[in-house]
Formats: sequence, structure tokens, C-alpha cells
Amino acid sequence: MGSLIKNKTVQADDNLAFLSLEEYLDSGERAQAVWLDADEEVEGIADFLEEIPAIALNFPAFSDGRAYSNAAILRRHYKFSGEIRAIGDVRLDQLEQMVRCGFDAFELAEGQNPEKALAMIEGFSFSYQQTVDREPLFRKRA
Amino acid sequence: MYLYDEYDQKLVDERVDQYRDQTNRFLAGELSADEFQHLRLRNGLYIQRLAPMLRIAVPYGMLSSKQLRKLAHITRHYDRGYAHFTTRQNVQLNWPKLEEVPDILAELATVEMHAIQTSGNCIRNVTSDQYAGVAPDEIEDSRPWAELIRQWSTFHPEFNWLPRKFKIAVTGAEGDRAAVQVHDIGVRILKVDGQTRFEVLAGGGLGRTPVIAPVIKQNLEPEHLLTYLEAILRVYNRYGRRDNKYKARIKILVRAMTPEVFAEKVEAEWVHLKDGPATLTQAEIDRVKKHFTTPPYEDLEDHVPAVDDLLADNSGFGNWVKQNVKAHRQPGYVSVNLAMKQTGIAPGDVTDEQLEIIADLAEEYSFGEVRVTHEQNVTLADVPKKSLHDLWSKLVDAELASPNLGLLTDIICCPGGDYCSLANAKSIPVAEAIQRKFDDLDYLHDLGDLDINISGCMNACGHHHVGNIGILGVDKKGEEFYQVSIGGSGYEDASLAKILGPSFAQDEIPTVIQKLVDVHLAHRQGEERFIDTYRRLGIDPYKEAVYATWEV
Ligand code: HEM
Ligand code: SF4
Repeated sequence: MGSLIKNKTVQADDNLAFLSLEEYLDSGERAQAVWLDADEEVEGIADFLEEIPAIALNFPAFSDGRAYSNAAILRRHYKFSGEIRAIGDVRLDQLEQMVRCGFDAFELAEGQNPEKALAMIEGFSFSYQQTVDREPLFRKRA
Repeated sequence: MYLYDEYDQKLVDERVDQYRDQTNRFLAGELSADEFQHLRLRNGLYIQRLAPMLRIAVPYGMLSSKQLRKLAHITRHYDRGYAHFTTRQNVQLNWPKLEEVPDILAELATVEMHAIQTSGNCIRNVTSDQYAGVAPDEIEDSRPWAELIRQWSTFHPEFNWLPRKFKIAVTGAEGDRAAVQVHDIGVRILKVDGQTRFEVLAGGGLGRTPVIAPVIKQNLEPEHLLTYLEAILRVYNRYGRRDNKYKARIKILVRAMTPEVFAEKVEAEWVHLKDGPATLTQAEIDRVKKHFTTPPYEDLEDHVPAVDDLLADNSGFGNWVKQNVKAHRQPGYVSVNLAMKQTGIAPGDVTDEQLEIIADLAEEYSFGEVRVTHEQNVTLADVPKKSLHDLWSKLVDAELASPNLGLLTDIICCPGGDYCSLANAKSIPVAEAIQRKFDDLDYLHDLGDLDINISGCMNACGHHHVGNIGILGVDKKGEEFYQVSIGGSGYEDASLAKILGPSFAQDEIPTVIQKLVDVHLAHRQGEERFIDTYRRLGIDPYKEAVYATWEV
């Protein structure tokens, strides 16, 4: 496994255990971390979000963009305030898009340079569109 | 046209740095070829048969003289002295060097240009009507809305890794010159009780499975345009197929869900977004609209004897005016089309010198702006009618006065087997053979409007499904063959062409076209267009004429 980035610093592995969606739903214990695959919908855990401390969203391949929508929905519709961690095929050039969509922890894929990741995480100075962390640029322009 | 402010400029500059860093990491071996492929595609860089190919964005086709000169410089300095206008109003370079692309981008950034999202599975360059702002049949200028969509879609963090590429077109006129019915999303601007409203189509497209898009939303209020588009994209990003790239376009999803269910899904998603911070403000709409005001027109007479008197005869000038010059809403002005379809030159190709000449002519006659059309031509949109003869003489000298706009020889054609690694067959030589056979201008003018569209494979870059005559390269036991279809249209009367029958060898194509045209001439009523005669007659007479002689 590659490095873990959280709070904009490189961290030691926190050994947080994420249950799969199936395990989570079966367990009956709601205050647990859970991970969803790209084809699993966040709507399935909507009722428990207040208790869930962290949700990991998996990128089966870096070119699979479904988890961005899952993250954006968690933050924007459900106002989820726990951690959203990117796991799987997480590479440097995706980090800024992940940040904009509400991810705040990143388990980098093998071989991705964590120092470089920190330098790239901010990305562009502005966003034309509304993102989880920014108002659309036109509101700033006004 | 839209001019960058400090924010737009900064983003484009930052993009140059970002792409330079990506290129450097690739060259240093830090990025795999697979990963870099996705990144460079999002910047319009393909690796093709012979060399990389760089697609430069021309949002809704608008270019200034300054930008044209920069393109001329780039083609001369970094390429082989010519560029190519594409069917999505963009410009393409055929021979750039991978290592020099960051420098090309830096040059482009100095004239407010870029190659952002011109390829890859993301939202592509938004296209529109080349006569926006000047067309007599216009309801509302589409360009401010296209620009708002451009900004919203640029670096959209959630939609950079879609199941497949995504193309949006906008039209604000009665006539549809933006092909909105064959785009992933088409936006039609309408007026309802004097108020601007949008009609949104989703799930159209060409490629392997051509589909005419259904309307999924009516009466959308302008301030909600972007949130509604966002809702569509989110539904597509989540549910579009990712297991098979030939089934990944939104058209397949809309069809599988049915347009009604798809529209409901979008509505349900939109509830969360509507009236949120992404709702457009009047201030922003006004800010963008200010860039598209009318130029300082002179007060001119609409009747210009020196031009009108020549229309009747078949002089070179008269033919050119009849075919290439279009009506304008301002009295005394016209729109002039430069058909980039000189016989013997690949459709859409333009040399560095021609780019500079176009830049000069635009400055002299058309307020320093041009538009690239999806038929791969160039339009000078605001020319005083009294200057037409002067302009024409100069275009003749520059070999830019082909009087064949919309005629049989104004062929839309993809790069095909000469350049493209996906091709089944060459397409440029087919276009040329047709142009050579039909070299009698009077005949062509008499024949009237007829679109021939050629694609080298079923990816349909040459829009063969919507050609009145469509030609598709197919592979038959390793040999290049061509399937011919007829009856397509990419305009407001959009329809998909029907396959005529078994395919032909390359050298048979001009004769096939001749036979199709002969059927038309034998049956047309009055000045009827090819497509209208076909719609009246059905496919059979054409089929018989073409295959009768082949069956021995
Ligand atoms: C030579 C390199 C090119 C390659 C490898 C290429 C590849 C492709 C592919 C694979 C598709 C189908 C995508 C799909 O259906 O999902 C496509 C569609 C398309 N291409 Fe190209 N293309 C090339 C050049 C061009 C050029 C030069 C133009 C413009 C003249 C163009 C215009 C288009 C258009 C308009 C479509 C959309 C058809 C649709 O709506 O599905 N392409 N291209
Ligand atoms: S239609 Fe096929 S051959 Fe032509 S450019 Fe597109 S992918 Fe290449």
C-alpha cells in the first residue's frame, strides 16, 4: 500500500478498519467506518451517516470517475462531515479533483510520490463551477 | 467575442504549467504510458499513425485575427505549415512533437487559447451556430450561453472521468446549424412569451449507434441551465456503462432507461441542485452577454447594384455570391463563407499563409473575427455587401474562393486511413476523386445543396450518418471498401441515412455518386433538394439505379 495523506500532511497508516458495504449492513453496528466500491451507491447508507465516522470510496481504476459523484453527493446532499477517503487506484493527477469533490484523506496507490502529492493537492487557483469547497467563480467575480 | 479576464487567463496559464509538468514526468518515466495517455488526451494530444495530433479548442468556433496569426505561427514553427479545421469547430495540428506541446500551449495561452478537454472522456468543446448573432432566423444569440457552458464544464472536477466523451451543442435559431439532435446534450434556445427558455435534448450521437436525441426538458429557465446540465452529467457519470466502450455514450443509457425514466432521474437529482449556489445570477449572464454585443455597423443600403446586378449571370463572382454568401440581419451586411474544400486538398486543411490572409481579410472586412463551421469551412460573419467584389478578388488570389459551399463537392471528411490509426479505409482520396469527377460548376450549382459526408470507420468523425449521401470505410477481408447510405440530414430536419446495399471499391465511388445524382435529376420537381426528392421517392429508385448495372 502507498502513503496516507490526511490534513494535508503525509501520515503513518492509521489502521482504520473499513467494513465492506455488505459487512456494514449485516453488522447492525452503525458507528463504524465503511468502504464503498464505485458501483455502490451512497444512498444505501444515507440513514446512518450521522454515526459513520469515515467512508472510503474505491477507485477500481484511475479512469473510473464514479466515486467523485458519490463523494459530492455525500457532502452536498447529505452534508456528511466525517472523513471521505480515496482508496484504490489513487494517483497524483486526480488529487485536486478529489479535493474539490469532498475527499479529505487519500491512500495513494503504490509508487505515487507523497511529497509531490502534497504539492499538487491544491490544484488550480479558482474553479468556474461550484465545488464542495468553493463557490462558483462567477459569485466571486460579481 | 469573449475576452479573458484575469481569472480566465490565470487558469489557462496554470493549465500550461500543469501539462508541462505531466509531460516532464512522462518523459522522466514517472508516469506510465497508460496514465499519460489519459492525461494528454484531456489536452487534445492523440498519438496517431505517423505522429502526434494536437486538437486546439475553438469555443463555438470563434477566432480573432490575432488568434489566427498565432495559429499560423504555430503551424509554421512547430508543425509543417498547415492546420486542419474539424467538424467540431476546432483546429488540429497533424505533426507536433510531443516534447514541444507545452511550448505550443504556452504560445496559445498568450492569445487566450488552449487545448483543454478537446479529447478524453470528459466534457468537450461546446459548439454552436456559425451565424450566431448575425442570422436573420435567430431567436437569441447562442454564444453567451455556450460560453457559460464552456466555463462551467472547464476542469469540472466531478466530470473529468466520465464513461465516455461528452459533447454539448447550443442553437438559438430556427434553422439548426449546430446539429443539436446528434449531440450528447443539445440545447435549443426559445422564446416563450418573450422570455428566454431552453429546450434540452439528451442522448443523441453518431458513432456506431446513431441516435436522434429526444427532448428531456422543456421550458427551462435560464438561471437553471447549469444546475440542470449538472444533474444530467451526474446521472450519466453514475449510471453510464463502463464495461464496454461502445456502449458507454449517454445515448445508450438514455435508450436503456427510456427517455422518460432518464428525465425523471435527472429531475430527482436536480431537486438537490436547483436554486443552490450554482444557479446563474443575472449579473453573470449580463457580464458574459456584454462580450457579444453587435459590432459598430455602418448605416448601409441593402441594395448594392454592383453586386445584385451580377447575381443573374453565371460569372465566377455571381456563382460565388449565390452559393457562399448568406443573408445578414443588418441591412447592407452579409456573411461570407470560405469553403476550405479546394479539389486536391484534404477538406478542412489550411496553410499558414492562408491563415494569415484570412486574419488580414477578417480585419479589413469583418471586424477582425471569423467563425469555424462544423462543415469545416470558415465564415466572415459581418462583411459590408458593397465590399464583396474586393473581398472576392483577394480570396481568389489566395485560393480561398471555392464557390461550392453546400454543394456536392463541399465534402465533410475525416482524416481517415492517411492519418488515423483506427481507420478501416482512407477517406481523403475518396473526397478528392469525387471532387475531380464533379468539376463542372454550372452542373453543381444546378444540382443544388447536397451534403456528402465521409468517415473512414464507424466512429463517424465525418458524420456519414447525417450526410445526404454518407460514405463509410469498411474492411472486407483486409481490403478497403466503402458502404454508401443516403437520406441523412444533420440540420433541423435531422434524419439518419439508410444503407443502400453492398459496399463498393474505392474507384467505384465517383460512379455511384453519379448514378445517385442522375436519379435525383430525373425525378426532382423544380428546384427540389436531393434530400427532399429522396424523402418523396424512398430508397428504391436509387438502389435500382446503382445496383442494376453491377448485377451481371
Ligand atoms: C485522427 C484521429 C482521430 C481519432 C483516433 C478519432 C477517434 C474517434 C472515435 C473513437 C470516435 C467515436 C467515439 C464514440 O462514439 O464514443 C470519434 C467520434 C468523433 N470524431 Fe473523431 N477521431 C479522430 C479525428 C477526428 C477529426 C479530425 C474530427 C473532425 C474533423 C473528428 C470528429 C469527430 C466527431 C464529430 C465525432 C463524434 C461522432 C459522435 O457523435 O459520436 N475526429 N472519433
Ligand atoms: S471516422 Fe474513423 S477513420 Fe475517420 S478519423 Fe474517426 S476514427 Fe479515424
